[in-house]
Parts: sequence; structure tokens; C-alpha cells
Amino acid sequence: MSASFSRSFTIEGRDFLNAGRASTQIKTILKELSVDPAIIRRVAIASYEAEMNVVMYATRAKLKFTMSASAINLEIDDEGPGIPDITLAMQEGYSTATSQMRELGFGAGMGLPNMKKNSDEFVIESAVSKGTRLTMTIYIN
Amino acid sequence: MTVREIKQQLGLFLCWGDEKLEHKVTGGYVGDLLSDVMANSKAGNVWITMQTHVNIVAVAVLKELAAIIIVNGRHPAEETLKKAAEEKVPILSSTLSAFDVAGRLYFLGVGKARADAERIPD
Ligand SMILES: Nc1ncnc2c1ncn2[C@@H]1O[C@H](COP(=O)(O)OP(=O)(O)OP(=O)(O)O)[C@@H](O)[C@H]1O
Ligand SMILES: [Mg+2]
Repeated sequence: MSASFSRSFTIEGRDFLNAGRASTQIKTILKELSVDPAIIRRVAIASYEAEMNVVMYATRAKLKFTMSASAINLEIDDEGPGIPDITLAMQEGYSTATSQMRELGFGAGMGLPNMKKNSDEFVIESAVSKGTRLTMTIYIN
Repeated sequence: MTVREIKQQLGLFLCWGDEKLEHKVTGGYVGDLLSDVMANSKAGNVWITMQTHVNIVAVAVLKELAAIIIVNGRHPAEETLKKAAEEKVPILSSTLSAFDVAGRLYFLGVGKARADAERIPD
């Protein structure tokens, strides 16, 4: 594959009913493109966790998925409260999920660490009261 | 062992499962925290959980889990069943606890199948 393939998705905050849809579609695309299942698993985890954080904490986001011959890139740009302390948010177990979210099984504080673990390049930028941007790259070869 | 065989052996109630009951089960994972299940479950596992809400279906689809088993006599929410049918994810339920379901699966050799599969590097 020479040219890169790209697709954008919109994720709405609090929309628990459709949560996971973008990640499911990305997974379908990767399967159709016969990408290595181990790579698909990593992309699925990274994109699902990013998607769920938008649903739980942000207002909305654009998720841009790009695939070239050498890498898969996920860029999630949200409008939302932002993250005041990124180092703290990146710690395993840290979560500001509400008790209602915890009852649904969210709030283990594992999402961001899981994204980092499953990507080869991971960049998180955030501005309080504006939003958060995640850029994750997973190499194909 | 297939999902259908597990259903029969454990007397599970089939909430949704018009398809994919013949899938081979590679092992199981117990968890109520979605990020934990995302990180640690393996393709082909049955997922034993108390969670009943719609978001469990996406986790099962993304991780290619063989089925979801809801324990402690709980039932899936209406949207969960709808989504399960859309995405073709079998959902079963049991009055047993997670401990008892997992124990019986091991007794049937499902845990052994997983241990064997894990010897193959990922
Ligand atoms: N897009 C975001 N906007 C605002 N805050 C965020 C965002 N993503 C994460 N956070 C903050 O960082 C914390 C840690 O996120 P992380 O995904 O690691 O765990 P969690 O979402 O709380 O739990 P889990 O992902 O295990 O269900 C969150 O509780 C939240 O406070
Ligand atoms: Mg999270």
C-alpha cells in the first residue's frame, strides 16, 4: 500500500450508547486490510480507551485514524475540561470517575497507561478548560 | 469446548446467541473493570462479569471474546441485548457467582486450554 488511508470520526461526550463505535469501525477496517492481528489488538485497546475518555470526561472529539505503509496513527482531539496534571493522570490507578461511572466498570485508572503501553509513540497535550489531544502511533513492521 | 457446550454443561441461560455458539473457547477472564478486561482478556475467552450495561458489548467485540457470561442472577439491560444482536456477541447468564462459573469451567478443562494457548508467544 503506497498512499495512506485516513478516516475521521466524531465522538460525543456522555454518549454511552454509541461509545466504542469508532474503535469498532477502525477494527473492521484493519481486518479488511489484513493487518496483523497483534497490531489490530493494540490499536483497538488504544482507540477504545481514548474514545471512552472522551465519552466520560469531554464534550466532544474528533478522532482521526491514518494508516500508511509503516504505521497506524490515531489522533484524538477533544473539547473539554482538559487535564490539569498530566503526570498524575498518567499514573495507574488515578481516576476522577464518578461513583456512577465506577458502578459501570469505568474508573480503574488504567485507560491512559494502557494507551501508552500499546503505542510505540504516545503524545498527550492538554489545556485546562479547552481540551486534550492525544497522538498515538503504532508501527506496522 | 464451544460456547454451546459450556452453556449446556453449566446450565447457563442464553440471553442472546443466535449465532457464534460453535466458537471455540480459549479460556476465560473474570472482571468488572472494563479497562482491566480490555488489557488482559484474550481473543476467544469467555468473559465472566457482573456488568450488564451496553458498553460490555464493545469490549467483547474489540477483544474478540467468545461470549459474555453475566453472573449472580443478573440480566443484561435492554440496550445491551440489542447491541449484542447487532454485533453478534453471545450473552449468557447464570445464578452462580463468578467464582463458581470459573471453577466449573476449569473443571471442564477450559482453563487448561487457555494455559496451553498461552505457551504460544503472542
Ligand atoms: N480526555 C480527557 N479529558 C479530561 N480529563 C481526562 C481525559 N482523559 C483522561 N482524563 C483524566 O485522567 C484520569 C485518568 O484517565 P484514565 O483513562 O487513565 O483512567 P479512567 O478513565 O479514570 O479509568 P479507566 O480508563 O480505567 O476506566 C481520568 O480519571 C480523568 O480525570
Ligand atoms: Mg479512561
